[in-house]
Amino acid sequence: MADITDITDITDIIEQENESNEMILSMGPQHPSTHGVLRVVLKLDGEIVTDLDCDIGYLHRGVEKICEHRNYQMIAPYFDRTDYIAAVSNGLCYVETIEKALNLEIPLRAQYLRVILVELNRLSSHLLWLATHALDIGAVTVFLWAFREREEILKIFENFFGARLTCHAFRIGGMTYDAYDGFQAQVKSFCDRFPKCLEDYETLLNTNRIWLSRTVGIGIISSDDAINIGLTGPPLRGSGVEWDIRKAHPYECYSDLEFDIPYGENGDTYDRYLVRMEEMRQSRRIILQALEKLPDGEVMAPKAPKTVKPPIGEYYHSIESPKGELGIYLVSDGSAQPARLRIRPPSFVNLQALRQMAIGHLVADVVAIIGTLDIVLGEIDR
Amino acid sequence: MYIYLLSAPIWFSKLPILKDYLDPMVLDYLVWPLVQIGLLLFVVLTLIAYLTLAERKISAWIQVRIGPNRVGPQGLLQPLADGIKLLIKEDLIPLKADKGIFIVAPIIAMVAALVSLAVIPWGAAWATISNIDVGLLFILAVSSFGVLGIILGGWASNSKYALLGALRSAAQMVSYEVPMGLALIGALMFTKTLALQDMVINQENLHIWNVLFQPLGFLIYLISGIAETNRAPFDLPEAESELVAGYHTEYSGFRFSLFFIAEYASMLIISAIAVTVFLGGWYLPGLSYILIPGSTLFVLASIGVFAFKTLVLLYVFFWLRWSLPRYRYDQLMELAWKWMIPASLANILLTATILVIAKEFGLIESQGNFLSISTAGYIFLIGTAFIITVPLTWIILGQINARSRDFNLREVEPLPMNRAKKNS
Repeated sequence: MADITDITDITDIIEQENESNEMILSMGPQHPSTHGVLRVVLKLDGEIVTDLDCDIGYLHRGVEKICEHRNYQMIAPYFDRTDYIAAVSNGLCYVETIEKALNLEIPLRAQYLRVILVELNRLSSHLLWLATHALDIGAVTVFLWAFREREEILKIFENFFGARLTCHAFRIGGMTYDAYDGFQAQVKSFCDRFPKCLEDYETLLNTNRIWLSRTVGIGIISSDDAINIGLTGPPLRGSGVEWDIRKAHPYECYSDLEFDIPYGENGDTYDRYLVRMEEMRQSRRIILQALEKLPDGEVMAPKAPKTVKPPIGEYYHSIESPKGELGIYLVSDGSAQPARLRIRPPSFVNLQALRQMAIGHLVADVVAIIGTLDIVLGEIDR
Repeated sequence: MYIYLLSAPIWFSKLPILKDYLDPMVLDYLVWPLVQIGLLLFVVLTLIAYLTLAERKISAWIQVRIGPNRVGPQGLLQPLADGIKLLIKEDLIPLKADKGIFIVAPIIAMVAALVSLAVIPWGAAWATISNIDVGLLFILAVSSFGVLGIILGGWASNSKYALLGALRSAAQMVSYEVPMGLALIGALMFTKTLALQDMVINQENLHIWNVLFQPLGFLIYLISGIAETNRAPFDLPEAESELVAGYHTEYSGFRFSLFFIAEYASMLIISAIAVTVFLGGWYLPGLSYILIPGSTLFVLASIGVFAFKTLVLLYVFFWLRWSLPRYRYDQLMELAWKWMIPASLANILLTATILVIAKEFGLIESQGNFLSISTAGYIFLIGTAFIITVPLTWIILGQINARSRDFNLREVEPLPMNRAKKNS
């Protein structure tokens, strides 16, 4: 076997095909389980992966460059389309960055509504992850069961924002609309029903012999490695690092709410699965608390400016998106358009762990590991 | 006996047009088999078409969906629409594919699956096409021929996914052929024949289903059968999330549907054999008291019994597919070689020992092709099967396999990921 550490480029891998008995398999960009248009070039010895490299960029739209030519209000909808699975979280990150730059205080009601919606979005994102992850491993039924619950969340979103997937939820300075009539009741009834659904999934998966043998010990990454690579979100917590931006640097009203950070021990696919399942329970807990504490009042800051012109300077703000730390680095030159806007997408950083996790495993495990990283190509390529 | 089985029923040779123009021998040995074959193919192919609909409907119920309901009442014409769609689809052959083999492969798979239908006893008396002496061996031989179609198809496609799928399939089918054959041997000790119709008659004579004597054999056969037909949770050759579509990635239109039909046909055959060998075939206790054995009505009723049992097993196939995740390639092999094959060998050994002991105590007697078992013998055989064979095999294998660690592919060698530490 050639020294795998030397190979960093796809062309290198392909050149070596003729020199050895190993097979190069180009998985994607059109492949059912690369979660979009990720291309993974695998170097296979039989079915054992000896090396791999990711090829990204098939979904590149140049969001960061577009942002330099739009006013601050006009940029916001682009963020619903970076991580389209968690549009609300992405929108929140953007508006919070601008609010931080403007030093705007948001009304308490808007903060609570934002938290409820973001946590609902975390649920829908995790449900989609569970669905596709289980589908990758072959449990088709979990896929549709999870979509059944996701549908209810999307209905709430549709009632609230008028869109299901790329919902443009928030405005700089608060929210455009207050909650619709019956919003609280609808969210409450969903939350009441949800634990039963989670139990349903867990009956199918948690102690399933095949599910265990497909996930336990697969794609192990130690906590040190996870920190070195820069993993965030469930992949980091699955390795046993108790790190959540909601706790570490609370934004919105998270400091008023009680919740726990689940974390794993072994850093394998099963632990990450358990972490995400527990996170869904915690999200539900947050939503119920926020619904209870939801105050009355305005949802838009009275001082919100019509033309947003943040003072000259550099700003970084990050939130805990369902996939990890989502950050925005903003350079403002004082005009109505950002001089530079850089997104720190969690999926992109988390994907870096794929090579380390997958080498030595089988082709089937690569699929499981891509699933467990929970990547969204819209966010990776931007 | 065989003449009785093979000859046409009396009403057939009395049909006015046939009687006047044809020799009775021609009727019995040429016309009647052709009628049987035509009828069987028609029924089975229609059944397969509706099995696809059944699978889609059942999966829909499991997954809280509605399922196909647009074509015809309750979606009943859906298979027809599917068939027409596949027929009029563009027939694509990849540019660099090996054309000849590419075309022949699905035909091999399909033929291998359909030939086995000939020896299956679908019902009593005339409801079987041929009751050859080596029926069971014939089926094992022919159905393993189907893997050839899959390998050739995967190889000829000139695609890496198809190749991987074909290789997986070859390894899987060769591995599971062994426990499948071995699991049947236990049942053979009770029925003392390989002819499938005679197996059913033996079970009828003993008034028992073999599954009570052979619970372990039945279990092993069923699991290996599911693996043999490449169904979930063993559907690795066509694992859509890993290999796109496995060996039939490059196939489209009618060629694809041939593979598809072959899969369903072999599923049908596996359950039909399981019913014949372990579940008493068309024999249902009490049926011969209600209807006169040998009459047309009895034969039709026996076909119904057989069909019902087969469909129940097919439902188990669907049920497993839609509720279990997929095994990994090495785990599949592990299951075959570490569990299935030793278990089937242990089953043979224990069954033989128990039979010898029973014979020593005079609980059973051999009478030519048949066994005669006393009441105490039934209790002894069934009791030992459930109390000794199953738990003993389980415990022994569990002990052996607990010591051998899981085949861990990952070598523990640190990757150069600590660069950040070095720099700081």
